[in-house]
Amino acid sequence: MSHLDRAAPAASAATVDQVFREEYGRAVATLIRLVGDIGVAEEVVQEAFEVALRRWPVEGVPPSPAGWIITTARRRSIDRHRRESVRMPRSIAAALAQSLREEIEEVAEPMPDDQLRLLFTCCHPALSHPAQVALSLRLVGGLTTREIARAFLVPEPTMAQRLSRAKRKIRDAGIAYRIPDESVLQDRVAGVLATIYLIYTGGHTASTGDRLARVDLCRESVRLARLVAGLLPDEAEATGLLALLVLTESRRPARIGPDGLLVRLDLQNRSRWDRDAIGEGHRLVQDCLTRNRPGPYQLQAAIQAVHTDAPTACATDWPQVVALYDHLFTMQPTAVVALNRALAVAEVEGAAEALSQIEGLDLDEWHYWHAARAELLARMGRSVAAVAAADRALALVDNRAEERFLRQRRRHWCGEAARDD
Amino acid sequence: MNQYLLAVHTDFDAPATSEDEMMAAFAAVDEFNADLASSGAWVFAGGLQAPDTATIVDATAGSAVMTDGPYAETKEQLGGFWVVTAPDLDAALDLGARASVACGERIEVRPFQVEPEDDDA
Repeated sequence: MSHLDRAAPAASAATVDQVFREEYGRAVATLIRLVGDIGVAEEVVQEAFEVALRRWPVEGVPPSPAGWIITTARRRSIDRHRRESVRMPRSIAAALAQSLREEIEEVAEPMPDDQLRLLFTCCHPALSHPAQVALSLRLVGGLTTREIARAFLVPEPTMAQRLSRAKRKIRDAGIAYRIPDESVLQDRVAGVLATIYLIYTGGHTASTGDRLARVDLCRESVRLARLVAGLLPDEAEATGLLALLVLTESRRPARIGPDGLLVRLDLQNRSRWDRDAIGEGHRLVQDCLTRNRPGPYQLQAAIQAVHTDAPTACATDWPQVVALYDHLFTMQPTAVVALNRALAVAEVEGAAEALSQIEGLDLDEWHYWHAARAELLARMGRSVAAVAAADRALALVDNRAEERFLRQRRRHWCGEAARDD
Repeated sequence: MNQYLLAVHTDFDAPATSEDEMMAAFAAVDEFNADLASSGAWVFAGGLQAPDTATIVDATAGSAVMTDGPYAETKEQLGGFWVVTAPDLDAALDLGARASVACGERIEVRPFQVEPEDDDA
């Protein structure tokens, strides 16, 4: 926000900006615990960063920048409190201020649980999914309202309104700032993970707009997943989600070709995959396996691990992929899982068997189902039917990269159909 | 402690439930009310007559104008409500879920505006 607009020596502004990126979420989370109000916490943290931008260039960066920000923000909140309490008897106000000041040194330390509490608050099921996503990115991820608005292609005032409405509901409806009770913890953890996954898919599949902003969403969701996996070491699914996102991200460099077209998994240049990310993802999947508490994210991560383990597309262990989808289907018996499973079956038992498995699925409104049918029909030599299915897919698709990919495939099948005549 | 409205949304056009079902619901609501009272969450509760007994009074333009019938012609209308105290939304939602089970209807949980706190207290 405004701290970015100020003129200051470039190096110091960059330092403050870096601390802002890394520590904003932690500082806000701690301040919310201390002052009990999200709006006030955000304002005083913002003010603290503005003070930092003025003073660090002159006085140098303090040894613990994050601690400095939190302490400064805390002092600001006390000053506010004092201004608001001018009407109370002076002796009481003085005593209150004194006790608050003493409290600073004791409690103005960031605690890991602060961020976890805040994340559970942001992802409370009483808030809509778009509100959960926006709040998590703003308060925990430290993204600016403008950045979030650009990432989701909505006008900035719309996003600002969405955020302020959500914060108002947290305050006025009394959504508690705490780690949920044991009895609902599983559900609420699932809610937090679903929100992070939603942020990832927002960045991963989004069609138009600023590609860099989109990539940011993917990176932010990995950052949040890493944070949650660290904060909830006992939740295997949290590790599973991190593994899934890290492994999916590892293939990003190869997913879009030099011509800007989507590159299918089997045609991707595997030397462009991020080996470090794959290594981390595989270690995380291994970690999940040893826990032996499988869940949907872990299974999807394991499927990604099989793909990223194969040096070539042909070398993919497809029976293993099918087996993992079978397991996933027992936990998530949805048409989407059935479709993805069938595409793996195509590699083991052939396109005809796969096609027969997906024909009955109730996915007529989803472009991906028509595109999958088209691919299977083409493989069976039924080019005319493939073109017709591609047309249905094209009528439904709203993603530019996928649309261009489908058009290219359709042209190819049209050529085949013409040859067959 | 906050106060919350637990509003019961009822479809008054739905076919009448059997007497047994009604008696079971009454008993369940009585039990829920007793729990609210013993836990200290109880503030007030009541069931309402059918929406066609409602009258709208509009005196915003000076003299009062009466209109027969409920405010909105929606399928579901306010059928009754509880006012409860709860430490936070989770606790209120919990009560809302129990109220929903007891009366067999959907419940809207909505916070009351908070009175400014008295600093001298």
